[in-house]
Amino acid sequence: MSVITVNKENFQKEVIESDRPVLVDFWASWCGPCRMVSPIVDEIAEEHPEIKVCKVNVDEEAELASQFGVMSIPSLFVIKEGKVTNQSVGALPKNQILELL
Amino acid sequence: MENTYDVIIIGGGPAGYTSAIYCARALFSVLVIEKLSPGGQMTQTSQIENYPGFEDGVDGFELGFKMQKGAEKFGTKTLRSEVIGVELNGEIKKIVTADGEFFGKSVIIATGADHRHLGLPDEEKLIGRGVAYCAACDGMFYRGKTVAVVGGGNSAAADALLLSKICEKVILVHRRDTLRAERAYHSPLMKAENVEFVLDSTVSEILSENIVTGIRVKNKVSGEEREIPLNGVFISIGRVPNTALFKGQIDIDEYGYIIADETTKTNISGVFAVGDVRTKPVRQIVTAVGDGATAAHYVEEYLANL
Ligand SMILES: Cc1cc2nc3c(=O)[nH]c(=O)nc-3n(C[C@H](O)[C@H](O)[C@H](O)COP(=O)(O)OP(=O)(O)OC[C@H]3O[C@@H](n4cnc5c(N)ncnc54)[C@H](O)[C@@H]3O)c2cc1C
Repeated sequence: MSVITVNKENFQKEVIESDRPVLVDFWASWCGPCRMVSPIVDEIAEEHPEIKVCKVNVDEEAELASQFGVMSIPSLFVIKEGKVTNQSVGALPKNQILELL
Repeated sequence: MENTYDVIIIGGGPAGYTSAIYCARALFSVLVIEKLSPGGQMTQTSQIENYPGFEDGVDGFELGFKMQKGAEKFGTKTLRSEVIGVELNGEIKKIVTADGEFFGKSVIIATGADHRHLGLPDEEKLIGRGVAYCAACDGMFYRGKTVAVVGGGNSAAADALLLSKICEKVILVHRRDTLRAERAYHSPLMKAENVEFVLDSTVSEILSENIVTGIRVKNKVSGEEREIPLNGVFISIGRVPNTALFKGQIDIDEYGYIIADETTKTNISGVFAVGDVRTKPVRQIVTAVGDGATAAHYVEEYLANL
C-alpha cells in the first residue's frame, strides 16, 4: 500500500478513524535521520498491507506535531483505534520499527 | 552454501561502500548489510566542505547514495537489515541479521559510530522530551526557548551557534576552562549575545517533570552545584564506536575501538575493520574511504591464499 501524507484536514479520517493500525512518521526534509528512516517506512507500507503508514511533514503541519508533543524527529507513533499505543524517536532499523507495531 | 559471499561488509557508510567498490571491481561477490540507509553519519550533515571534488560542498545524504550506486554498478548487493550476531572465527564467517543468516569468506566491519550519551539517570527516558543529540534536526522545536549545549568540541560549538539563531538563550556547558573547538568557532560564539558559557562544569542531573525543566551543573573547581532552568539539553560530547556486537571475539581497545592498524587487519584472519570503528587518529570521510581501498587490497591477498 502507498504511504499517506497526513495533514490537519485528513488526520481525523486517516489516522483516528482508521480500522487498521497506523504508523505515523513525523519528519522534515532537512533532517538526516528522517531521510534515513523514510525509505524504511516506505518499505513497511509496501510489505505490510495490514498496517497503514502515514507521514507528517513537521514544517507544514506544526500544529499536528505539537499536538503529539513532538520535540525530536524522526518521531514514530503507533496508533490503534485512535489511541497512541507506542512511540519512539530517532532512526530505527526496520525490525525495531516492526516491533513497535 | 546458499547466501555465501566472498566479502560481507557490515555497515553502509563511506568506509563500507568504498570497500565494496574496490572489492566488487576485483570481481568478488560482495554483500553490504546496512540497517538504515547508505551514508552513515554523513547523512547528518547537508554541507560537507572538506571532501575533495565538491568546491560548493556536498549533501552527505546524496553522497552516501552516490557511493552506494557506484558500488552497485560493479555488482555489490545491499541488504537493508540489522546485523544482530556474528561468528567470526573459522574459515566461513557467519553473520546473523534480522532477516536471516549470511556467510562470508571474509568480513569487513564498517559499523562506524553513534552519539555518546552522558550516561545520566533519566537521560534515555527524556530523549525526545527535551534531551536531543542533533541540533540540526531538533533545534526548531526550541524556537524562542532556553537550551543548553553540553560539550566543547567542533560539533558542540557548531550546535551552539546554530541554536543561538533559533533560541532565546543558549548555555554552553563544558568541563574544561576553554573550548576544544577549532579557532574558527571562537569569535562567532563570543559575538553571539545570547550564548552564555558555563565552563569547568559538568551536568550532574537532568531535571524533569515528564519533560526537561532544567539541569544541575557542578563546577569542578569550586565544587559548587546549581540548577539552571531550561527547556532542552543538546548533548554533543563526541561519539562511541558501534562495536558491542564484536565484544569477546575481536580485540577492542579501552574506548571500544576495534584494534587494527593501517592495514585494517584485526586479530582475526579474514576480518578487517575500516572507518570510524578502527583505532586511528583522524576520523573523517576521507580517512574512512581510504581505509576502504586498503581493506580491499588485503581482502584480495587473504582470499588468494585461502
Ligand atoms: C553531524 C556530523 C557532521 C560531520 N561532518 C563531517 C565533515 O564535514 N567532513 C568529514 O570528513 N567528516 C564529517 N563527519 C564525520 C564522518 O561522517 C565520519 O567520519 C564517517 O561517516 C565515518 O564513516 P564510516 O563508514 O566509518 O561510519 P558511519 O558513517 O558511522 O557508517 C556506519 C554505518 O553502519 C551502520 N551500522 C551500524 N551498526 C550496524 C549493524 N549492527 N547492522 C547493520 N548496519 C549497521 C550504520 O547504520 C551506518 O550507516 C561528520 C559526522 C557527523 C555526525
